[in-house]
Amino acid sequence: MREFNSMTKSYFKHLPAMRLSTLYISFTIAAVVLSLLMVIHASYRQTAAQRKIQERADLVANLKLTDLCLFTEARYTRHPAMSDSFAPFQDYPGALEHFPSGSLVSPPMRNYATKP
Amino acid sequence: MPQNLNRYRHILDFALASLLRRRARNFSLFALYTLILFLLASLIFFVQAIKREASLTLVNAPELVVQRMIAGRHDLIPLEYAKKISEIRGVTSVVPRLWGYYYDPVFGANYTLLVPDSDQPQPGSIIIGAGVARNQRIKQGDLLTLQTASKTALLLTVQGIYPTDSEILSSDLMVMATDDFRTMFNFPLDKATDLAVTVANQREQATVAAKIAETFPDTRPILRGEMLRTYQNLFDWRGGMLVVMFGVALLAFVIFAWDKASGLSADERQEIGILKSIGWETSDVLLLKFWEGMVISLTAFLCGVLLAYCHVFFFSALLFQQALKGWSVLYPSFTLVPTVDLYQLTILFFLTVLPYTAATIIPSWLAATVPPDTAMRS
Amino acid sequence: MIKLAEVTKTFNSGRDNQFTAVNDISLTIRKGELTILKGPSGSGKTTLMALIGCMARPTSGRILLHDISSSFFTPTADEPTLDITSLPERFLTEIRRRSFGFIFQQFNLIKGISALENITLPAYPTGEHHTVFQKRGRELMEFLSISRHADSPVDWLSGGELQRVAIARALINSPAIIIADEPTAHLDSALSHDFMDSIARLKAEGKTILIASHDPLVYDSTVADCVLTMRDGSIIEETARP
Repeated sequence: MREFNSMTKSYFKHLPAMRLSTLYISFTIAAVVLSLLMVIHASYRQTAAQRKIQERADLVANLKLTDLCLFTEARYTRHPAMSDSFAPFQDYPGALEHFPSGSLVSPPMRNYATKP
Repeated sequence: MPQNLNRYRHILDFALASLLRRRARNFSLFALYTLILFLLASLIFFVQAIKREASLTLVNAPELVVQRMIAGRHDLIPLEYAKKISEIRGVTSVVPRLWGYYYDPVFGANYTLLVPDSDQPQPGSIIIGAGVARNQRIKQGDLLTLQTASKTALLLTVQGIYPTDSEILSSDLMVMATDDFRTMFNFPLDKATDLAVTVANQREQATVAAKIAETFPDTRPILRGEMLRTYQNLFDWRGGMLVVMFGVALLAFVIFAWDKASGLSADERQEIGILKSIGWETSDVLLLKFWEGMVISLTAFLCGVLLAYCHVFFFSALLFQQALKGWSVLYPSFTLVPTVDLYQLTILFFLTVLPYTAATIIPSWLAATVPPDTAMRS
Repeated sequence: MIKLAEVTKTFNSGRDNQFTAVNDISLTIRKGELTILKGPSGSGKTTLMALIGCMARPTSGRILLHDISSSFFTPTADEPTLDITSLPERFLTEIRRRSFGFIFQQFNLIKGISALENITLPAYPTGEHHTVFQKRGRELMEFLSISRHADSPVDWLSGGELQRVAIARALINSPAIIIADEPTAHLDSALSHDFMDSIARLKAEGKTILIASHDPLVYDSTVADCVLTMRDGSIIEETARP
C-alpha cells in the first residue's frame, strides 16, 4: 500500500502545480459535458436509425411476426408474447425453470376473461 | 458571493487532500462504487433500448392472434375456425399462420420455421436469418439439409439471407413455402399453428376477442396490446437473475453506507476537534464531509453511467452476453439504438449518490457540534 | 484590551459532579502586553483562557472586549467596548476567528498534510482568495525560519519545528490577541528560549499575548509584563512588571 501511495504521489508531482479543486472541478465539468453529449448522441442515433427501424417494422408486417428474437433457448423464451403460463413447466408438473433466460422473461400479461 | 465560492473551493481542496491521504482505501471504494453503478446503468440502458425496439417494430404485429388450447397447452387450430371467425362482425380478415420450431441436432440450435402470407419463396428455397447463416457457415446459393418429422432429408437452397440489421427479429428464422413446411412437420392439411385476425375498428379489438373466446371456448385470443405489454415487462425486476443482481448491488451499498455510518474513527473525531478549535464552524465541518461524500459518489455515478453507455451501445453489452445467451447456441448479434432514460437514471442518482453523501455527513454531525474548547483539554 | 468582571464558569451545574473551574474572577488584560497565567494544573488556567478567547461562555459575569471590531460592531467614542457574554454563537465564532490565535499544548496539527497547509487551514472558511493567505503563510514561515519545510508533511518535523508551525498557524488570520496553553511543555530549554524570543518579536509588533504556563522559564521571563497566579479557580496574586 505504501508503494501505491508513493507511486501515485510521484505521479502527481510531475503534474503542473494545480490546485486539487481545479483538477476535480475540471474533471467533473468534463464528465457532465460528456453526459450531455451522450444524450445528444443518443438522440442523433435515434433519428439516424429511423429508416432501419421502419424496415424492421415492415418485416414484422410482412412476416406477421409477434416477437423479437432474443432468446432461442426454448419456445416460451423465443416467443414470450405467444406463450402460456404453463410452458416453462412443460416437462412435468412442478418442474423447475432450467433455462437462464427464463428468469429474464416474465409471463405474459392477459387482461380479460379468458385466463389459461 | 465570491467569498462564499472561495470558501466552498478551499474546503473542497481540503476534502480532496483528505481523501488522498487514505489513497488506497478511497480509491478501491470508488472503484467498487463505479463498478456497481456501471452494472446497474448498463442494465437500465440495455433494457430500455430493447423495450424501445419492441415498441417501435412490433406495432405492426398481427392485431389479434387466435391460439387453440388443449389441456392448457398450445395446440394446432382447425382451419374451419378461421371460416367461422371471419363471419364475426367487425372482422376484416383471418389469415392462418404456419410457424413452428425446428431443433437442429448437428449444431444444437433452435430455429423458427415460418411460412409468410405473401411472397412465399419457391418450394425448395428458403430465406434464412443471419444467425442461421452464421451458425451453419453458409451463404446465399448454398444448400441446406433439414430432417423432416418422417426422418427424411429435405434439401433446400438458400435464396436469400435477411440483413444483419434485422437480426433482432429475423436471426433464427427460416422462411419457406407452405408445401415445404407441411412436408417438414407432417403438418395436417386442415390445421394451422394459429390465426392472425384483422379487425376493422381498433376499438373493437377487445370485443371481438371476447366474442371469439365465447364462440370457441378452447381458443385463446391474444391482442397486439398484450404482445407489446409483454415486452414492456421484459426483464422485470422480479425475474430471478435480476433479483440477484439488484440484491448484490443493494448489499454493496449497505456495506458502503454502514462503513460510513457506523461512526467516525478516533482519528477522524480528533481531526474534527482540531478544525473546530482553529476556527472552523460546524457548518464548515459539515461542508467538508459533504464534499468527501459527494466527490466519491458523484464521480462514480458519472463514470459508471458514461462507461455503461459505451458498454451497451458501442460494445453491444458484451458483459451481459453470457447471461443473456444462456443455453442458446444461436444468439442474435445486434446493435441497439441508443436510448437514454433520464427518469430511471435520475432515480439511480437519488438512490445511490444521495444516501452515500448522507451516510458521510450524518455520523459527523455529532462530532461537528463539539464545542471548540474541548480541543484545548485533550 | 480584555476585561473580565466577576466571571464564573461552572460545569455540570445542578448535578452531583458540579465543578467550578473559574470562580468570580475580575481582571484586565492590557493591549500589547504579555500576560502569564501561572499555577498548578487544575487551577482553571485553561478554562479562563477558553473564556477569554471566545471559546466558551461564562456561567455568570461579563466579558468585555475593547478595540475589537468585526463585521457587526464598530467601536465608537460612546460605545468603545463589546460585551461578548451573551453574543450569539455565530458572532462569537467570527470574533474568535478574526481576533484570536491559539497555540495548543499538544500543538493539534493535522497529520498527513504539509506544514503550509496546516498553517493556512484556519483561513479556509474565511473566503479569502487562496493566493492571499498562502502568501501570508509563507511570510510567517519566513518570520519563524521554517520556510524550507513548507511542503513537508508535519509528521517529518521535530518538536521545535512543530512548535513554530503551531505559532504560524495561530497568526495566519493576523489576530490581535494570541493565546498559548503550556507552549513549552514539550520543549527543551534551548527551544523554550527560542519560543520566548518569538513571543518577544510578536509583542514588538503590537500583539497582545496571554500564556498559561507552570514553566519558570516562561513566567520568570523578562518579556512578561504581568504574571497572574491562579489556584482553585481564583487569582491569588498579580505581579506587574514595570
